[in-house]
Amino acid sequence: MTAPSAQTYWDALRGVADPEIPVVNIVEMGMVRGVDIGEHGVQVRFTPTFSGCPALHVIRQGITTALTAAGADAVTVENVFSPPWTTDDITPEARAKLETYGIAPPAPNDESSLFMTLEPDAVRCPRCGSFDTRITASFGSALCKRMYVCQACKEPFEGMKSV
Amino acid sequence: MTKPLILTEALKTALIARFTALADDEITLSHRVAEWTGHAPLLEEDIALANIAQDELGHGTLWMGLRTALDGSNADALAYHRDAAEYRNAPLTELPKGDWAFTMVRQYLFDAWEVLWLDTARQSRYTPLADAAGQALREEKFHLQHTALWVERLALGTPESTRRMQAALNQLWAYALALFDPLPAEADAVAVGLLPDVAALQTRWLELVRGHLEGVGLNIPSASPLPYSRHHHTEHLPPLLADFQRVARAFPDSQVW
Repeated sequence: MTAPSAQTYWDALRGVADPEIPVVNIVEMGMVRGVDIGEHGVQVRFTPTFSGCPALHVIRQGITTALTAAGADAVTVENVFSPPWTTDDITPEARAKLETYGIAPPAPNDESSLFMTLEPDAVRCPRCGSFDTRITASFGSALCKRMYVCQACKEPFEGMKSV
Repeated sequence: MTKPLILTEALKTALIARFTALADDEITLSHRVAEWTGHAPLLEEDIALANIAQDELGHGTLWMGLRTALDGSNADALAYHRDAAEYRNAPLTELPKGDWAFTMVRQYLFDAWEVLWLDTARQSRYTPLADAAGQALREEKFHLQHTALWVERLALGTPESTRRMQAALNQLWAYALALFDPLPAEADAVAVGLLPDVAALQTRWLELVRGHLEGVGLNIPSASPLPYSRHHHTEHLPPLLADFQRVARAFPDSQVW
């Protein structure tokens, strides 16, 4: 039996959902930096999103389970912090999925405004598309999200923070 | 071209001391902030403080990770099995949570310090620190935005909220200044570009927070040196640790939480 290819493993990783936003997978969210096949098994270079995110443990387990099922003998998940994960790493496909799911995708990140920007970015309502929205809470149900309301269609919605 | 960096034992010791101080600040403050869970004045603030506590604990994990990479120690053992005398947090972070004004002023003063420290640490010649600082800064900016707005809202709110804000600031100012006390063995690590110079940071911090606080009508109090330090804690730390460490100490052999 031939060993599975890197492509097989990448495909398997596309089956690992983000536990807090199960409509997207960890590859399209930009969390997987590399897959290396070595003598001692498969090593996945993984970039954590938010450092306190409790879903990270679940994701690491999910990676091991998925790659084992795809034929890997041993799986190690190495944390890679450089360069740090940013919401700009999220693919256009994943952004579209987030919007369909009802979460406004993050605005492009601006490196020059890492602190002391009190003006939030304009965020589009995922339901009706209006930009006439406002933040109702700067933190939400997960570290990556905040709460908004659309003043056009009156619908409350979640948006991803731009980091 | 800069000379290649040789991490001597003395420099390593300085890094370990700073990472421990940072981790202990985050752990203790996270615990104090988390005490609001279920008790905050608004549902949105309950959620916000739970988020902030979770972020700070995440940062504590980052700093502990940097330390354990240098000395092979165990992060859980350090967090859950050190006593108050071995904790190296600044006394600011261990003070009881107080009222809402006290919590917001403390968090604002701490967030401003942390954001500036992280911003400078992104230039560290110790790459693992530069990377971790870049990661944490992306999260920390949301705290500072949030607490800066609360400072403004309460300082300009009602006579009662203004009074409470000024009282909190009077009580906390000396504790906040003590965040900038250099660690004993840090000078060489600063000189070679491994760690931020806290004295220089204090100048930037004062400019930032003074402008904001005075801009909303609060008075900066005069401050005399504290009788407490990272090595000499207030009476409030032991009960905090007793609470935080209770489960881990009751089940020292548990592997899964």
